[in-house]
Amino acid sequence: MELVNKKPSSLVDIKMHYCPGCGHGIVHRLIAEVMDELGIRERTVGVAPVGCAVFSDDYFNCDMIQGPHGRGPAIATGIKRSQPGCIVFSYQGDGDLASIGMAETVHSAARSENITIIFINNAIYGMTGGQMAPTTLVGQTATTCPKGRDPKVNGYPIKVCELLSQLEGARYLERTAVSSAQGVIKTKKAIKKAFQNQVEGKGFSLVEILSMCPTNWGMTSLQGAKFVDEKMMPLYPLGVFRSTEQEGGQK
Amino acid sequence: MGEKILMKGNEALAEGAVLAGCRFFSGYPITPQNEVPEYMSWRLPEAGGTFVQAESEVSAINMIYGAAATGIRTMTSSSSPGISLKQEGISYCAGADLPIFFANVVRGGPGLGNIAASQGDYYQSVKGGGHGDYHTIVLAPNSVDEMGNFPKKCYELAEKYRMPAMILADGILGQMMEPVEFKFTPVDPSTLKKPDWSLGNAAGRKKRIVRSYDLREGELEKMNWARAKKFQEIEDREVQFEEKNIQDARLVLVAYGTSSRIAAAAMKMARDKGLKVGLFRPITLWPFPKKQLAKLAQRVENFLVVEMSQGQFVDDVRLAVNGTAQVDLYARPAGIPSGEEVFAVVEKLYRSIKPTLTAKKAEKTKPAQKAKTPKKARPTKKPKPVKKAKAINKKTVKIKTAKKSTKKGGRR
Repeated sequence: MELVNKKPSSLVDIKMHYCPGCGHGIVHRLIAEVMDELGIRERTVGVAPVGCAVFSDDYFNCDMIQGPHGRGPAIATGIKRSQPGCIVFSYQGDGDLASIGMAETVHSAARSENITIIFINNAIYGMTGGQMAPTTLVGQTATTCPKGRDPKVNGYPIKVCELLSQLEGARYLERTAVSSAQGVIKTKKAIKKAFQNQVEGKGFSLVEILSMCPTNWGMTSLQGAKFVDEKMMPLYPLGVFRSTEQEGGQK
Repeated sequence: MGEKILMKGNEALAEGAVLAGCRFFSGYPITPQNEVPEYMSWRLPEAGGTFVQAESEVSAINMIYGAAATGIRTMTSSSSPGISLKQEGISYCAGADLPIFFANVVRGGPGLGNIAASQGDYYQSVKGGGHGDYHTIVLAPNSVDEMGNFPKKCYELAEKYRMPAMILADGILGQMMEPVEFKFTPVDPSTLKKPDWSLGNAAGRKKRIVRSYDLREGELEKMNWARAKKFQEIEDREVQFEEKNIQDARLVLVAYGTSSRIAAAAMKMARDKGLKVGLFRPITLWPFPKKQLAKLAQRVENFLVVEMSQGQFVDDVRLAVNGTAQVDLYARPAGIPSGEEVFAVVEKLYRSIKPTLTAKKAEKTKPAQKAKTPKKARPTKKPKPVKKAKAINKKTVKIKTAKKSTKKGGRR
């Protein structure tokens, strides 16, 4: 019999801790497949965040470093600038990237660091138990906005790709979703481009991935996917926000 | 190198790090250490390294965290408020057992404080600084020459024990110019062995993880006990200090960094007047030379701590002395004392040294010293100071000094 599909070698063969219906496992696999396909596993260093994906340092079969909340882009900068031959990616959630780490995100993009950022947007704080995130939708409930996000009290959600697209240093920005099979395929393509850009020295690339958090949304897996499609996508439209063929600012 | 160059302290610090093999620097401007990033911005690229001006101190230390994890020599520097911001990252580096090197050119605090020299970051430096159970190796230079030569020591200690090491300087040391002689051959980073935990280039080996957490039951405690053992080893082996005129001293000044030079000036004035005053200067503030001070306290009646903070450093001196001698404090929490001022305090204190204590000490130390040294000088010399002290003590009953010094220096 012919083997037609197998686990990517860039993923460690252990059980992941993620909840049923969560998007992290899917995105992990996509990143691993891309690493395999580009043949970069041995020179890749990943930055694991604080939060649900903290254990991704165990899951990816490449060198990993786990950093403080929000500091992924800074850590990635330090690695990339001191080891330009390495492929460096930072894996971050919405609280991590768009709240506490907004400065690191904006400035690493402004410097056009030749790194890849995988940004999981599930509109809620997962690991800490479902508090409001900077990306929580207006009206969406969370443990710190139990009556739903009220802009008068909580402000408005942050659209990261739109925000970063103002920056010259941001070379590639795309938003995708992993709520459907088609979305998963598109997401992989985007991730691959984001890594390929780094291999070619094109500079800062970020893929924002709309993902499910059924546990903290209080939904079933299927309802979670539906929530992404019906509630998140209108606010966070999918697509390429920036793609330049310019050389990156960094060596 | 063997050549003396006139340099600013901050520049010496930067050049010393480059010569010691530093190839990555990230920092954020803050007075009075701006010459460090400025110098690094041209010097590091020239040496084949990288300089990044970060958007914040928080980002700067995390760039260091990333770069250091690849096994190269890195550096960041800042001044007090900036170091406060870096503490989380430093704690992560401690938790991940990364050897990092950073410098704090201390300014006045708390808060924005001022940009003048201060030693107000003593607690923060030697008692941890960031969250969690850890120590940082702390070296305190007192000259531009040491500013230039200590980075290499810091790298070696940090790498030997896999932990953060820092230089605790202050605005005076950063800003003043003095000759510096780099007393080591420049380190070629390519000759340094890549540590077996460093990240990147994983060809032919298993993946590696750098992290500061261990969530498995009991594992973190085990790790922390292992670190405690390491810290104990460092305290046993790596203490560095300097002593001057302590052989016959009845009063010993204890000071580090800039204040040790002021204390040295006061000591000289005292010696010129025939007062037996010595100086003890810790070079490593952590590990603290507690055993050495404790030993000294066996035969010295009085210690006077001079610090440019409101009685932080004196705590460690008191812990070391542990009640076996009197420890006084001359503190200037937002000021720089002059040698004359310190001398005035020394003189009054010296004359008020309690005779009973002197006699006790003499008794205590007699047998041990008798066995070692020939009888000659001892018996005639010893009683003299006792009498002197007695007489003078009566004259200056008010002991104004002690009060005055506390007035100036705070309560401790």
